[in-house]
Amino acid sequence: MRHASLTRRSILKTAALGSAAAIAAPYVRGAHAAGKLTLGCWDHWVPGANNTLTKLCNEWGEKNKVEVHIDYITSQGEKDKLTAAAEAQAGTGHDIMSHRDWNIQVHHAALEPLDEVIKELIKQNGPVSPVSEYLDTVKGVWHGIPATIGSQVKPCQSRLDLYQQHCGLDLRDMFPADEAKYDKAKTDKWDWDLYLTCAEKLFKAGNPVGLPMGQTSDAVDWVGALFNSFGVVMVDDKDNIRIDSAETRQALEYLKKLMAVNPPEVYAWDDAGNNRWLISGQGAGIMNPPSAWAVAKRDNPKVAEQVWHHAMPRGPKGRFVGQLPFSYGLWKFSKNKEAAKDLLLYISQRESVRQLVAASSGYDIPAFKSMHDFDTWKTVEPPLGVVYSYPPRGDEVTSITGRPARAEVGAQIYNQAINTVMVAKFTQGNEKLDNVIRWASNELEGTLRV
Amino acid sequence: MVDAVQQTWMPGLAGERARRRGIQRLLRRRSTIAFAMCVPLIVIIAGLVAYPALYAIYLSMLNRAQTRFIGLGNFTFLLSRDVFWMVVEQAVIFTGFAVAFKALIGLITAHLINNLPVRGQRKWRGMLLVPWVIPLALSSLGWWWLFDPTHSAFNWLIAAFGGQEIPWLSDPYWARFSVILVNVWYGSPFFLIMYLAALKSVPEQLYEAAAIDGASAWQKFWHITLPMMRNIIAITVLFSLIVTFANFDIVQIMTAGGPRNMTHVFATYAFMLGIKSGDIPLGASVSLFMLPLLAIAAVFILRGVRKRGREIG
Repeated sequence: MRHASLTRRSILKTAALGSAAAIAAPYVRGAHAAGKLTLGCWDHWVPGANNTLTKLCNEWGEKNKVEVHIDYITSQGEKDKLTAAAEAQAGTGHDIMSHRDWNIQVHHAALEPLDEVIKELIKQNGPVSPVSEYLDTVKGVWHGIPATIGSQVKPCQSRLDLYQQHCGLDLRDMFPADEAKYDKAKTDKWDWDLYLTCAEKLFKAGNPVGLPMGQTSDAVDWVGALFNSFGVVMVDDKDNIRIDSAETRQALEYLKKLMAVNPPEVYAWDDAGNNRWLISGQGAGIMNPPSAWAVAKRDNPKVAEQVWHHAMPRGPKGRFVGQLPFSYGLWKFSKNKEAAKDLLLYISQRESVRQLVAASSGYDIPAFKSMHDFDTWKTVEPPLGVVYSYPPRGDEVTSITGRPARAEVGAQIYNQAINTVMVAKFTQGNEKLDNVIRWASNELEGTLRV
Repeated sequence: MVDAVQQTWMPGLAGERARRRGIQRLLRRRSTIAFAMCVPLIVIIAGLVAYPALYAIYLSMLNRAQTRFIGLGNFTFLLSRDVFWMVVEQAVIFTGFAVAFKALIGLITAHLINNLPVRGQRKWRGMLLVPWVIPLALSSLGWWWLFDPTHSAFNWLIAAFGGQEIPWLSDPYWARFSVILVNVWYGSPFFLIMYLAALKSVPEQLYEAAAIDGASAWQKFWHITLPMMRNIIAITVLFSLIVTFANFDIVQIMTAGGPRNMTHVFATYAFMLGIKSGDIPLGASVSLFMLPLLAIAAVFILRGVRKRGREIG
């Protein structure tokens, strides 16, 4: 049997014919002629919220002839962070990933600069949240784009009836569902002293507030906001450890009183513990995004009808609310970077964001203050306007534990929950204040390691 | 013509036969077959154990950004941290208590089952193995529900009988107790099955001879059973020490290291530093910290096992 031999001449001849055919053929653009993009996004807990992102991405994909595939990854058990760490280490994986809290900083060396995208978005929508800017930039370069999906703040979520009954406070009057009607004299009254007075009354009434003091983000975020409002700085932007201060002592002494009127199990709560506390009907208030209210609406509607989201109490240095932002990062190893940037721009447009906010019933908070005027926050019920004051309004400023330290340091302060461990040592462990501050100084010194 | 053809083909056939004979000779060598059969295992161990272990050692010698070799810098840094020493203390308490109780419970239950009639043994063996068979993450979640800080099922029962609720997971010392309890519950069946196998291998004649000499049950246990089980006890304890020191699931699911970092063990602390805080080299150093100590313990225990094996042989 004779086999056809593959010679150099025959290969050249075939290649030439192929090229000629390609040039002569009419231009045909396939359904996915511009390649493929894969996204690893946070798996939203609100039913249907993922579908809106999928819809938006598919719309963009069809328009631009790019095949878009999204994997929704849960944050349960830190699976999203684990996936990001594995992809960064392996140098392969999704093109775009959504990153939680400090993860843009953690992986910035493996992430593509996205200045051109954010500049365009800022041009369209005005300034971005300072916390998002802090978390997404490294030496002035943006390595992340603020994501709407998952981004949240953790203001007060209180029971209208219990506050009225036991504390004589009308929270709806203090924080009405219209920012124009905010009365400064009334909102100024809502400070940490009044909060403590109410907490004591509610504790006596058998309906304590439930403020987590474990090592998960809900605890770290509200304690971070309180520390900020007392002026506590753990490490400044020049690597100076500043935890041993009068402000720290004042904040810890205050927390000693506040934690005494919380249920003792708050030291073991994870991020779902406070939700369950409110949903059960026993708790008078927590500090959380509207997830607890949304579950109560399904499982305990009578509780949901009495819930109101409103600003955090004001401290000597201002009113701060803990923010937990999500951002999109584009890996340097992505093979379709230009398409990815275009997709990020598309899903960050005002109209896209409006749809995403609506799909999450107002849970997701855009990083642009100019987008806090969507109807969703006005129309969600019961009661009508329940989440209106969930996005920061009035004098409320977003904060994140660890700021203003440089990001590598801040990431460790946050993830090792140094602030809540400090508080727990002082309030639960009854350790001496000086010893607690010494312990924290030692831990903070460890975070400065290069 | 036929001859010519045969002559033409003969050298080829001879070569083929010689080649086959060579392969058969090679296959007949025991060492070759043994090696060939071990190749898949060697590949798996090299890929999934040796490579990650060596890579972890390499990572542990880099700076945080993984751009610079810093030798043992991460390890010396850890030695200067209070929390790390607390983790060491907790890991030792966790492992010490858990292994001791698992061994004790395993030994007692193995004896109890061994003394049951043969027909009943199988049923009990099967039932007692259940904790070990259920995926650990799943059973830890079940235990977490029982210990739930606010709505603990155990506390509900205690309250129903008029007792005072126990802060299972919110008090650091009770939390330590709880994670050890779950580890003991999960690990005891492994000891049970190993000890039961060892008990079955003790020759009955030894007990008969001891009975003739008037030995009591305790004397039989102390002078026959225990010496005959020493090797299996040593190996089981060694294996359990390694696995318990490396435990992750139970602590991560039940307490995530809290309250006040007081239930962290090496794996959960490494996860917090490496994955959550983004310092993978430091996380790798934490996870490797016990390697030399466990390796030394393994050498001594296995040397004892070999020595006793030679004495018996």
